[in-house]
Amino acid sequence: MNPLFDRIRERLAAKVNEAAEAHGVLVLRIDAAALLDVVRGLKDDFRFDMFSDVTAVDWLGQEPRFEVVWHFYSTVHRLRVRIKARVPEGEPRVPSLVGLYGAAKFMERECHEMYGIAFAGNEDLRPILLYEGFMGHPLRKDYPKALEQPLVPYREGFEPGRE
Amino acid sequence: MNPRTIPIRPEAQKSGAFEVLCTRKDELIGWARKFSLFPYPFVTACCAMEFMAVSSTPYDTDRFGAALPRFTPRQSDLLMVVGTVTHKQAPVLLKVWEQMCEPKWVIAFGVCATSGGFYNNYAAVQGIDRVVPVDVYIPGCPPRPEMVIDGIMQLQEKIANQQHLIVNDRF
Amino acid sequence: MELKLPNPVRPAFTAPSRVDTTIVNIGPSHPATHGTIQIIAELDGERVLRADVHCGYLHRGFEKECEAHTWHNLIPYVDRLNYCSALINDFAYCGAVETLMGIEITPRAKYLRTLLAEYSRVADHMTCVAAALMELGAMTAFLYLVTIRDYIYEHLADLTGARVTYSFGRIGGLARDLPDGWLTRLEEILAQSDDFLGRVHGLVDRNRIFIDRMRDVGCISTADAVNYGYTGPILRSTGVPRDLRKDTPYLAYAELDFEVPTGIKGDNYDRYYVRMREIDESIHMIRQLVELLRENGQGPINVEDRRCVLPPKPLVYGEIESLINHFKLIMDGPQVPAGDVYVAHEGANGELGFYLVSTGGGTPYRVHCRAPSFVHMGGAHLMLEGYQLADIVPTFGSINMIGGECDR
Repeated sequence: MNPLFDRIRERLAAKVNEAAEAHGVLVLRIDAAALLDVVRGLKDDFRFDMFSDVTAVDWLGQEPRFEVVWHFYSTVHRLRVRIKARVPEGEPRVPSLVGLYGAAKFMERECHEMYGIAFAGNEDLRPILLYEGFMGHPLRKDYPKALEQPLVPYREGFEPGRE
Repeated sequence: MNPRTIPIRPEAQKSGAFEVLCTRKDELIGWARKFSLFPYPFVTACCAMEFMAVSSTPYDTDRFGAALPRFTPRQSDLLMVVGTVTHKQAPVLLKVWEQMCEPKWVIAFGVCATSGGFYNNYAAVQGIDRVVPVDVYIPGCPPRPEMVIDGIMQLQEKIANQQHLIVNDRF
Repeated sequence: MELKLPNPVRPAFTAPSRVDTTIVNIGPSHPATHGTIQIIAELDGERVLRADVHCGYLHRGFEKECEAHTWHNLIPYVDRLNYCSALINDFAYCGAVETLMGIEITPRAKYLRTLLAEYSRVADHMTCVAAALMELGAMTAFLYLVTIRDYIYEHLADLTGARVTYSFGRIGGLARDLPDGWLTRLEEILAQSDDFLGRVHGLVDRNRIFIDRMRDVGCISTADAVNYGYTGPILRSTGVPRDLRKDTPYLAYAELDFEVPTGIKGDNYDRYYVRMREIDESIHMIRQLVELLRENGQGPINVEDRRCVLPPKPLVYGEIESLINHFKLIMDGPQVPAGDVYVAHEGANGELGFYLVSTGGGTPYRVHCRAPSFVHMGGAHLMLEGYQLADIVPTFGSINMIGGECDR
């Protein structure tokens, strides 16, 4: 494994449940509550200054159901880190990274509206890609793909899709 | 009621001369309107690239009189819906269409505007004819500029052959 | 007609902060915002005090579609993300799937992909600069650049069959090899574009009006840019020479000699100039790649891997194994081993990343596209606030927000 990844693993061993390397990226599995400590450690100690992405995966049928995935990039070391945390369906809350990275704002809004993951600390969780009045979280596996929720009444003879 | 769909009522036919006059008037107004289209480019997605290409050299819509875009619905008569219209965008489309004055025509440019394209999901309106009435559908993803020009020419033919009621609902 | 239309967005602010300010709505159907974006701005006279950027008007459910199609079927969807430089998206996605499958593409495919990616980047930057200049009134420059772009489109149509959205990348290589005479025509187009770019530089670079409108307008500092996740030409215009092609080389970039142009202040003028210099660098790279193709780039286009590459048609019609292979690949899709991968390429706007999750089937479990335009919209208010209302137009043009990529 890359020596920097080894150092990260040692330094953050207390907060990280599992660390592995996959296709050149260090993958850390953590509990959602430990997120801020781990990310602060990465940002301050290891110069992971760019927040690339936050997204989620819906493992319908498994418990905990959602897996939230964060990606970080260091412009100094040119390396990537992936952090994964599982949250249950009944309490899909993770801490928000808006205090550390400005880029988190929009990306957390998208993850929230698509999956229903609540980001504690991000006050602005308005829909960004979807619209006001959209019920449900479309990227969840139990949302039918073609279920339309039109904002404008259709003309005569047309029905909104249902599945 | 849409004045374009009102037929000439039989009892209103005064004489053969009135018919001839109406036809000649329709031809004249149709000729004038078809060669001076003011499009409102309601541009959303990838078809915009082909819209830009068809407006510039070598395809040039200026040859057809349809070059000058008017970005206010009050001054335009051709609503070109270019690209996918999503449910979030649909109120905006309807508002723009409502704000346009008669006579107005709508071209659905691209497969996404015609029928939703291959986005058969919760987000895309499966064809803008669910929201506004469409005159010409130009399929293609995106359509080649020649197809767009063909579509504009078909619209011009439609305009030339339709009734143009200018004074009241009979003339 | 009496029609109450619902408002699809909830603005961040509805009441002006002072008595003498007004709130205006710009977009989402607007001539100068390239793409559908809504900006709700609070104005003090002509100065923008607060700007609330709303994207999402082109959200087409790309990620939901991905879960219902095979890995191959997604290539047209992926094309339509950044539709100005569609080939880069193709190759980034195919590269991600190939990483997950453990496939190494052939040298010829590597060089061709790099060449076509740079060619697409040229087209994208030309579109961005042309549109930005047109909004400032420089129609001549717009027409020069769009003419070259049209040559590029026709040229790529000779190769791929389509002008704008090509669907040319395949998992394991490319759809087909170069036709005869393609490289000759390529050199002609590059020579013509050098000429036209020189003319655009001459018209615009030292133009008093252009400098007044673009210099010191829409500035963003390096710290803000990195904090808000900016990558690509915008980050480089602040002076940071970060480019994924140089930092984490992929495809054939390690073998190429090119510079990473950087700006000084991160204003509109720097973004324009960085993009023009990047076009020059891309053309330089394309010329090197033509040489590399000639020297060590002979060979097959596709890897000999029956897990993802369709067998040749004579075999499909001739023997039963190839027929079944072809059938399975089309109907079930290539079987990608379980796992997840994040692969980032340098798109025309910045870091274009694909996060793929596979549970070992022909259909992806999850595909997420990390779109640079979407991330850039998060910090767009920094470049709009404090400047004039008329500056919103060139600033927005220089950010190059592509709707398909931003809203996916």
